[in-house]
Amino acid sequence: MTTTAGPAAPTVTEGEYLTFVLGNEEYGIEILKVQEIRGYDTVTKIANTPGFIKGVINLRGSIVPIIDLRILFHLGEVEYNQFTVVIILNVKNRIMGIVVDGVSDVISLQASQISPVPDLVTTISTKYLVGLGTVNDHMLILVDIEQLMTSQELAIIDHAVN
Amino acid sequence: MNIDMSQFNQVFFEESAEHLSEMERLLLALDVASPDSEDLNAIFRAAHSIKGGSGTFGFTDMAEVTHVLENLLDRMRKGEMAPTPDIVNALLASVDVIRTQLDGHIAGIPATPAAAEEIIHALKGFTEPGASGGATTPAPAPGGAGTGNPSRHSFRILFHPDREFMKRPKSMESLKGELSRLGTLDIKMPEETGGGKKGRKGEAGAPWILSLDTEVNEEEIRNIFAFIAPPEAVEITAATTAANGAGPAATAAPTPQTAPAPQTAPAALTDGDGYGFFTDAPGADAGTAASPAAALTDGDGYGFFTDAPGASPATATPPAPQTAKSPAAAVSATTPATPARNTPAADPAKTREKGSPGMEASIRVSVERVDQLINLVGELVITQAMLAQTSAGVDPVIYEKMHTGLAQLERNTRDLQESVMSIRMMPISFVFSRFPRLIHDLATKLGKKVELVSVGETTELDKGLIEKISDPLTHLVRNSLDHGIELPDERTAAGKPPGGTITLSASHQGGNIIIEVTDDGRGLNREKILKKAAERGLPVTETMSDNDVWMLIFEPGFSTADVVTDVSGRGVGMDVVKRNVAEMGGTVQIRTMAGYGTTITIRLPLTLAILDGMSVSMGGDIYLIPLNMIIETLKPQPSDIRSVTSTGQVVHVRGEYLPIIALHRIFNMPAETEDPTQGVLVIIEAEGRKGALFVDALVGQQQVVIKSLETNFKRVQGISGATIMGDGKVAMILDIATLLKMGS
Repeated sequence: MTTTAGPAAPTVTEGEYLTFVLGNEEYGIEILKVQEIRGYDTVTKIANTPGFIKGVINLRGSIVPIIDLRILFHLGEVEYNQFTVVIILNVKNRIMGIVVDGVSDVISLQASQISPVPDLVTTISTKYLVGLGTVNDHMLILVDIEQLMTSQELAIIDHAVN
Repeated sequence: MNIDMSQFNQVFFEESAEHLSEMERLLLALDVASPDSEDLNAIFRAAHSIKGGSGTFGFTDMAEVTHVLENLLDRMRKGEMAPTPDIVNALLASVDVIRTQLDGHIAGIPATPAAAEEIIHALKGFTEPGASGGATTPAPAPGGAGTGNPSRHSFRILFHPDREFMKRPKSMESLKGELSRLGTLDIKMPEETGGGKKGRKGEAGAPWILSLDTEVNEEEIRNIFAFIAPPEAVEITAATTAANGAGPAATAAPTPQTAPAPQTAPAALTDGDGYGFFTDAPGADAGTAASPAAALTDGDGYGFFTDAPGASPATATPPAPQTAKSPAAAVSATTPATPARNTPAADPAKTREKGSPGMEASIRVSVERVDQLINLVGELVITQAMLAQTSAGVDPVIYEKMHTGLAQLERNTRDLQESVMSIRMMPISFVFSRFPRLIHDLATKLGKKVELVSVGETTELDKGLIEKISDPLTHLVRNSLDHGIELPDERTAAGKPPGGTITLSASHQGGNIIIEVTDDGRGLNREKILKKAAERGLPVTETMSDNDVWMLIFEPGFSTADVVTDVSGRGVGMDVVKRNVAEMGGTVQIRTMAGYGTTITIRLPLTLAILDGMSVSMGGDIYLIPLNMIIETLKPQPSDIRSVTSTGQVVHVRGEYLPIIALHRIFNMPAETEDPTQGVLVIIEAEGRKGALFVDALVGQQQVVIKSLETNFKRVQGISGATIMGDGKVAMILDIATLLKMGS
């Protein structure tokens, strides 16, 4: 299901995707990685962490880190209002939340609807893109959220431990 | 038939202790002038029960004393002797002696016989002058079967058990036990109830026919029945003819002995206590039962074999022709029958389980389940705290009942939490027990003489800690043995005994567990450590405090050993020890004196899961400081604050200058105030360092459940974990040791 491919050879993955909005762009992540969706609530800040790590929340007794993808991807104005949504993910047996501007839909993508990512400048935000989906003339940016969240660059988790 | 009687010991101990207390109470209440016969009977019964039990369980010293005691009591209750204060005192003294003996058996160290002999002598002094006959006859040897004692009598006993008696299988057992101790016993259960335990329990009234071959007289037998049944329920007749005297035949073993195991098996429904009574099957009457003489009493005195259905001398002989006339044949005849005892539904292992209520009952539960329970209780604590916080806002007059209920909830929650936490507690002996062998092997290898002393092995700590502490402790013990303890010659030269001592100790101190490894070896060498540290390029000075020098040995790769051995000396270990202990939220300290030895102290929190903390606020967020690391909190006066350099500040507290560690600066977060005099200083201590943590304000003190940040996130410097506060928000728990390091 997942892929470790870089931008040069993205593996096309068929299946259902949860789509969400970040600024003006629409993104899609594998639905199987999503545990739940909830509204944005106050987080507890953690000292000396990069800005995209908002802090942690109490998710029914678990301490869950919250990452704001808008800050991570350097996308537009970051504001927190009643429409701000947190997608709780379950990746590699860890629970974490990502802040997005809004969740749109769950769509099913065929292989024919997915095209490879063009060679862009390799940055964190582009490295974990697996393809571009096309749905009703919309472009959907498909992200390998598991690889992204557990990547060494982001250092959301301890890699020495694993 | 070898039943391990020790499994029932606990029951006997408890019962005997009860009987002794009862005897003591009754004796003290006894009116010497006009003794109540009921009381005397009760005392007699108690003594008798102890005697029976102690004989059965092989505690002969107790049996001897109680036997003499019983004789005296028997005469008193029959009115042959009047109790005097002297006698009562002697009886009380004997109770004490028996209690001492009992305690001895419980502890596994039998009491010295001197006191027993003395009291036996004293008691006999009361009975001997007028005593004669059966009363003073020495107790027959247990299970005294097979001896051709000329003074033997055969009795045929008709026993009509009442309903009460039938309801107590235990008394039935003790009756059988008692009787079989007197001699060879054969019991005929009533036919209609002979099927099994269930039937025996339910039915009453039908007589049992017991045949007893014994050397004691009728009176003794009546005594045994005296405390379980009214006299009219027992008919005892002297039996002489072979037809109804099963006993003699078995004892003398002149007739071919057989135990036709296959036939007896169906009837051999062993009872719940695993004693195995082979009742005779329907169809066998007393007359035929007697002749094959299958009644055997083995060493334990519990096995009763009666005949098989329709067994007669003619059919009995072929299966066991070798039995001939030797007494040994009586024993061998039991052998084929033994497997049959196991075949019925009553599996010995199972019956043992339910048959010994005195054994410490325990169930095996997986750690996961316990952890789940702990987690749930943790959640409960949080919910309770949340309710308490909410209720603080409502009018206590109007909602008085709710407040009372919440207070009760808090108490119950706390109790529940404590009980649940105690499930995870284990004694540290689990770790300590591995060291005697380790030390023995290592000492032999190194040519050293070392004695290991363990102190406080019963100290309990969390199972998680037990698992994690064992590696660091092993390192420390190996180090003490290798580097600390000198060779015997060296020790002798230094004026010390050639054998060294390593002491492992564990104790509770406040909310901590203190584990110490002490050796009486050469101690740490300050110069050597400094030299090595300088060689390794560590920042050292000659003026460093001893404590700081000792801490150098915890540096990675540090070793002062001249030769690297396969035991230690590679410099791997001490840093691991320190890291492991720090992971557990603990600290390591060293006390040492050259030539006298070294003590390494590990200080651990009681449990990994719950923390007593002080909550403080900084920049609108709540942080928790482990309470056991706080020395005091204060609002400093401007005059107490001094700046050391342009950035560093110290505070003058009780003659000490402590560095001010501003939390907002370490965490790079905005604080409500940058001025220490506007905030609060929390004086903290860890790993021998002290400091003053500067926060905005104190919030309160509370117990919190520690949650790991690393489960879903990662380790953050200066933070040891997180917790969930009463309002559901997450608060960070500060890692004081790291903060002290970061701040200085």
